[in-house]
Amino acid sequence: MIPLDIRVQAKPFDYGQECGRFAQQTGRVGAVVTFCGIVRDTDTGALERMEIEHYPGMTERALTQIAEHAAARWDIKACTIIHRHGPMGPGEAIMMVATASPHRADAFAAADFLMDYLKSRAPFWKKEITNQGATWVEAKDSDEAALDRW
Amino acid sequence: MKRDILYFAWLRERVGLPRETIDTNAATVAELVAELTAREDRYALAFSDPGSLRVALDQELSDFSAPLGSTREIAFFPPMTGG
Repeated sequence: MIPLDIRVQAKPFDYGQECGRFAQQTGRVGAVVTFCGIVRDTDTGALERMEIEHYPGMTERALTQIAEHAAARWDIKACTIIHRHGPMGPGEAIMMVATASPHRADAFAAADFLMDYLKSRAPFWKKEITNQGATWVEAKDSDEAALDRW
Repeated sequence: MKRDILYFAWLRERVGLPRETIDTNAATVAELVAELTAREDRYALAFSDPGSLRVALDQELSDFSAPLGSTREIAFFPPMTGG
């Protein structure tokens, strides 16, 4: 089994530092792809914060299963997933994925697959808080449809 | 049989609690939902559109027609919005 680093945490993480460390640890593999999801403000700049709820236990399990599927399907040598929960402000990093492979196409495909699956198969729920109140973010049909690509 | 029922996100808010243990004879998820909605209005409101909900049995995604069997933990929640 390849090294899977799966972290579900409330505390912020340093995306740059994580990317640097991942690239260094997997440096001889050849190709590294990383992606970071960031709290998006509303069009009018009204977002006070985002709160992410999750299902402790199932979350770690679902992320591990998703990463194992990716590792079985593409030639990846390492994979990191970090996903935060709790309150966070606009511009803060919510989550990241990193994949390392001898082949660029595999690193990209695996990272893309991880993102599609963890959006609609990992038990996280986003709530946006503005001065108008709190709203649960609704899942998009396109998120579910994205899974058909795989 | 005693089973733990968990609720997340707006479903948790509508039901008014994050988890509870209930004694039920329901054989499937759908039967359990019928039993819950018959209890009180807040459950009926929370489960008014079961098609918009997801269910996990012992932390694995499942569906409403699934048998409960020896499942200990049943979680209900809206479609996930991670990433």
